[in-house]
Amino acid sequence: MRVLMLGWEFPPYHHGGLGVASLGLAQALVEQDVEVIFVLPKKLDISHDSIKLVFANVPNVKIKSVDTALTPYLVSHEYARLRSLTGSLVYGGSLFEEMARYAELIGDIAREEEFDVIHAHDWLSYLAGIEAKHVSGKPLILHVHATSFDQSGRGPVNPQQYEVERHAMNIADVVVTVSEFTKDTIVNHYGVDPRKVQVVHNGIETASLDDREDDLFALKASGKKIVLYHGRLTIQKGPDYFIRAAKRVLEYNPNVLFIISGEGDMEHQIIRLAAELGISEHVLFAGALWDEERDRMYRAADLYVMPSVSEPFGLTPLEALIKGDTPVIISKQSGVSEVLKHALTVDFWDIDEMANKIIAVLGNGALSKELSTNGRKEAFGITWHKAASKVVEIYNDIVNFFKK
Amino acid sequence: MFSVCLYFHIHQPYRIKRYRVFDVGVDHNYFNDSSESDLNNKRVLAKVVQKSYLPTNDVLFHLLKKHPEFRFAFSFSGVLLDQLEEDFPEVIDSFKQLVDTGRVEIMGDTHHHSLAFFYSRQEFGRQVRRHRKIMKRIFGQAPRVFRHTELAYNNELARWAEENGYMGIMAEGWEGVLGWRSPNFLYQPQGCSKIKVLLKNYRLSDDIAFRFSERSWSGWPLDAKKFAKWVLAHHGNGQTVNLFMDYETFGEHQWEDTGIFEFLKSMPGELLKHPHTTFKTPIEVVESNETVGVIDVPHILTWADTERDLTAWTGNDMQKASIGALYALEDDMLASGDSGLIEDWRRLQTSDHFYYMCTKWFADGDVHAYFNPYDSPYDAHISFMNTLADLKLRVAPRGHSKKKRKQLALV
Repeated sequence: MRVLMLGWEFPPYHHGGLGVASLGLAQALVEQDVEVIFVLPKKLDISHDSIKLVFANVPNVKIKSVDTALTPYLVSHEYARLRSLTGSLVYGGSLFEEMARYAELIGDIAREEEFDVIHAHDWLSYLAGIEAKHVSGKPLILHVHATSFDQSGRGPVNPQQYEVERHAMNIADVVVTVSEFTKDTIVNHYGVDPRKVQVVHNGIETASLDDREDDLFALKASGKKIVLYHGRLTIQKGPDYFIRAAKRVLEYNPNVLFIISGEGDMEHQIIRLAAELGISEHVLFAGALWDEERDRMYRAADLYVMPSVSEPFGLTPLEALIKGDTPVIISKQSGVSEVLKHALTVDFWDIDEMANKIIAVLGNGALSKELSTNGRKEAFGITWHKAASKVVEIYNDIVNFFKK
Repeated sequence: MFSVCLYFHIHQPYRIKRYRVFDVGVDHNYFNDSSESDLNNKRVLAKVVQKSYLPTNDVLFHLLKKHPEFRFAFSFSGVLLDQLEEDFPEVIDSFKQLVDTGRVEIMGDTHHHSLAFFYSRQEFGRQVRRHRKIMKRIFGQAPRVFRHTELAYNNELARWAEENGYMGIMAEGWEGVLGWRSPNFLYQPQGCSKIKVLLKNYRLSDDIAFRFSERSWSGWPLDAKKFAKWVLAHHGNGQTVNLFMDYETFGEHQWEDTGIFEFLKSMPGELLKHPHTTFKTPIEVVESNETVGVIDVPHILTWADTERDLTAWTGNDMQKASIGALYALEDDMLASGDSGLIEDWRRLQTSDHFYYMCTKWFADGDVHAYFNPYDSPYDAHISFMNTLADLKLRVAPRGHSKKKRKQLALV
């Protein structure tokens, strides 16, 4: 089985969970004897060579890149701003023109390479996926990691993006979603036939616990409890609900620090909100932490909270358990809540309940221990190997169907 | 004479509503959920009364009329009867109608369906006495055979029951204790001289209670004729087959459309077709049979899970912390002299609260998940501990400021 996989970001160039998920799945597929040709659009400020380096140690993954300025979490106006800042006007004028250009460039690759199935990750590669299907006649699988409804925090969506998603989902032969939660979204909001939708929950790399000293041990020694937020500061991730819950917690237990790791367009709003609520000295902004720094923060935290408004999957709670042995509270509006049962769940908007649960975990050692021990065990069972096995089945089914 | 001994256990707890930390010190009503969820006790009870209690009573009433040999036993929890008296007094009358036939035995129990025996012998005694008083008041019977919460049994409990005048006591007929011996005989508890143990034939009981509607089970579909054949296979090699199950088996755990009521209607008739076969209540079994050996149970034996122990209630740290903190309040509660407060404390002793905190679903199948009205065992624990904090606040020394008392209570 050989797959033409279309994506756009790969570690270590982190912007969010997509690169981690693409790499995790690609590697696990290779372990199950699938040949993966991974195509990436080239981002202007990342050199071609460095991308290749990342894959040098991954056997059988062939890296292709094409020249476009796509990055995953940009929306049109940000893209326009970025373009004007870099002064580069080599390519088309909008995000959508870039997407079309990606699709155009794919044509050549699809003609050159041999493969059995096309697998396109997330919406910016959907049009490229359609083009590859058009050129090759091979089945197209779309992998939905998020929809415009997630990005907008279930608010009004960008109509152009919605149209691209809807169009591609209806052309695709199979649509893979990362959760039942996302399956519901595309069935209810995009009119996709539920029979062609397959749920494949993400997995997680299971690295060992970092046993170095916590960064914040001095604070902890002073008796402070630490509650961590780690994620982009955008409407989708619900940082404002986190801050409002923090306020409620502090009324009961002033000995708590809330640490925010992440950047995003809501950063100033969140800083202002903390000030307005009079809790600035209890809210620390750590910037966006990655890799070892992030893992040490997971470890230092007494509790990890993911208050997302709309989270297709949500890898971070699993990271917190595996890397930090830290109990988690997760939004019910998340895919990960379907596979992680040893966690506390809340509706993102239910600030009192979020605060109630934060206070309970911080004040109750038996509860905290039970959550982290069982949750960690469970997280270790959520593997890319399982996800890849399901994807291989989907490949086989659709390829056999096309042969008939 | 070979006999079949049936007893039905009837119980519903006072489930704690979603009780948040912000309710501590403000709201002292813990059991009054009024939502559409399964934490709404009145709503759950209304459903169970309609689907199970009333239709099953009706079937049993007709069976008693039809078969003069038919008889059985009820084991009521006091907290169920409290709820029925409050909201559904007509259901009490329906039960009384059955008992008034003189062929229904009432068994001894703790009023609050608690595990107090293992934590406070004095408190346990108080709850058993209260239960006894209420059985006399409502049904006019003083129990003579004892059946303990979750069928939790050990040598010590048997000795207690003997010292307190009971003639018989129930336990799970588990081969981990019995070895090669059969549950279909009476045994004498280790260290006792008069009292006899009745052992539940859990295979035949669970065929009805758990497996009746399970299509993947080799016995499915089960009808009365087939079941009678299985029971009568023990004829000649046993004194009694003891079938113990929850009353909710009929109509609630096994829905009406599974045919469970038809099964119940024809089961006694099928058994009675066989000569030398009859029904006996527990006390009749005890009085008409001798023990065949001694049974030694130093550790706690229950009905639950593959290990037949208490770990579903007190196995994890949350459960231990909860039940430990609860019984630590005993002296303060009793000293308060506040009967409302003491009753709330006792309602928290009902074993269901600890069962809802069980985290071993994954190993033991779906039983715990099915019966859990909370989002997770963690949620059950949080509401329980917040409630306990409020109880502590109600007895905390009045000298402190309200805020200080709240802090003390949350520790």
